[in-house]
Amino acid sequence: MRPVTLLDSKAFGLTVTRLCHQLIEDHGDMANTALIGLQPRGVLLGKRLKKELQGILKRDSITYGALDITFHRDDFRQRSVTAAPSSTDLDFNLDGMHVVLVDDVLFSGRTVRAGLDALLSFGRPASVQLLVLIDRRFSRELPIQPDYVGRWVDSIADQRVTVEWQETEGKDRVLILPRASSTTERTAPKAPATDP
Amino acid sequence: MTEQLSTRHLLGIQDLTAEDIDLIFRTADGFKEVLARPIKKVPSLRDITIANLFFENSTRTRISFELAEKRLSADIINFSSSSSSTKKGETLIDTVNNILAMKVDMVVMRHPDPGAAVFLSRHVEASIVNAGDGTHEHPTQALLDAYSIREKLGKVKGVKVLIVGDILHSRVALSNIHCLKKLGAEVMLCGPTTLMPRHVESLGVRVEHDFDKALAWCDVANMLRIQLERQGSDGIANFPSLREYAMLFGLDMDRYRRTRQAAKGKPIVIMHPGPINRGVEITSEVADHADSIILAQVENGVAVRMAVLYLLAGRLGKTS
Repeated sequence: MRPVTLLDSKAFGLTVTRLCHQLIEDHGDMANTALIGLQPRGVLLGKRLKKELQGILKRDSITYGALDITFHRDDFRQRSVTAAPSSTDLDFNLDGMHVVLVDDVLFSGRTVRAGLDALLSFGRPASVQLLVLIDRRFSRELPIQPDYVGRWVDSIADQRVTVEWQETEGKDRVLILPRASSTTERTAPKAPATDP
Repeated sequence: MTEQLSTRHLLGIQDLTAEDIDLIFRTADGFKEVLARPIKKVPSLRDITIANLFFENSTRTRISFELAEKRLSADIINFSSSSSSTKKGETLIDTVNNILAMKVDMVVMRHPDPGAAVFLSRHVEASIVNAGDGTHEHPTQALLDAYSIREKLGKVKGVKVLIVGDILHSRVALSNIHCLKKLGAEVMLCGPTTLMPRHVESLGVRVEHDFDKALAWCDVANMLRIQLERQGSDGIANFPSLREYAMLFGLDMDRYRRTRQAAKGKPIVIMHPGPINRGVEITSEVADHADSIILAQVENGVAVRMAVLYLLAGRLGKTS
């Protein structure tokens, strides 16, 4: 199976813009709302949303942070190698804020579970919501559902959904890859030939 | 993003690679951030039990390990030789195997005999962390010292580090030399001839007996504690009096100012592994000076020990 493009860069941009407007619908001017990207890949989406929201709202103060969940994972010691941490960057008080956790792909829900756990050791937010660019339905292992979704995908467990970013891969797009090529997932897919 | 240590135990810095040390430091950065949170605890080691075996007195290291373990959510048991059956003649292996029979995964051990940790690692299943074995090594101290230098100066490579004092009896000195050399720092030792091991230059360090010259050379001065309990263990005093030692090798404000002035104000980072004999190797004024990172060392100790335990726990039960 060849990689299938789920979102090309145009659809990608439209989706991010729509997510921003959905956030504004619920959160108004975002004054009491914090976007928190989950390390490592949710951070890229979080930063993009922040930039776009600043443009739409004409404000340059969207509260934004990055959260690392390495030490809260439940598969520590079950993976073949130990995960090294990324950085957490939360320089504001969470108490009473409306938090929107941001990640690129929602699959088993375990990362979000760990994210909630990590988040709550920083304080007591007024509410926590979840925003994901891609929701892989029917694959949840925990009762976790997103509040804002860029695109739903029904993919089989063997496949791999990967989000590429202008900042890191040179192009915004979302691909579905067959399992065979997934050994080089995430770090490598600079190369895949342009899709038909 | 996913890496692991090259070793299953932390017995000494000598067994670590520069990559291992770098991985420990990066992981410690993560834990340092955890320790700044309102809730300073993560669930990583909640299924792990750790035994702290202290066959020799310790306050700082024991508390630091204990805090590190608690903040990783590990279950811990503490054991010190004063209240134990080693007093009744039980051997080390028996003591440890009895503890391990109660399903303990890791052992943190301090012992007065050099090589005790290595010996234990060959005879028991658990992962061993050496918290100081006699005059041999004290790896977590060296890691936190190098980590503190990296934090203060932004790097370790190329930094000139002076270690002053009782090199002969110091496991801190030996571990520090290995650690700093692996990270590319320049190391100089300074102290009385009687407290300098013979052939120590073979470790790739310089030796200087004139403290003022040595101080003028360095960026960092690590002032070791004079280990009063180990002096004269071979029946001959290693130096005539504490007062004479303090005059020749003690760091006081006069000497510190003079050196700084001669070097056009270049600061020297002051370190001490503790506990301090105030007025002997270092005076209170210098120990509490703004250039001193002595308390930062203690603070970093918890994060570095968390990193070591976390990374070793990640290798438990794996064969590779």
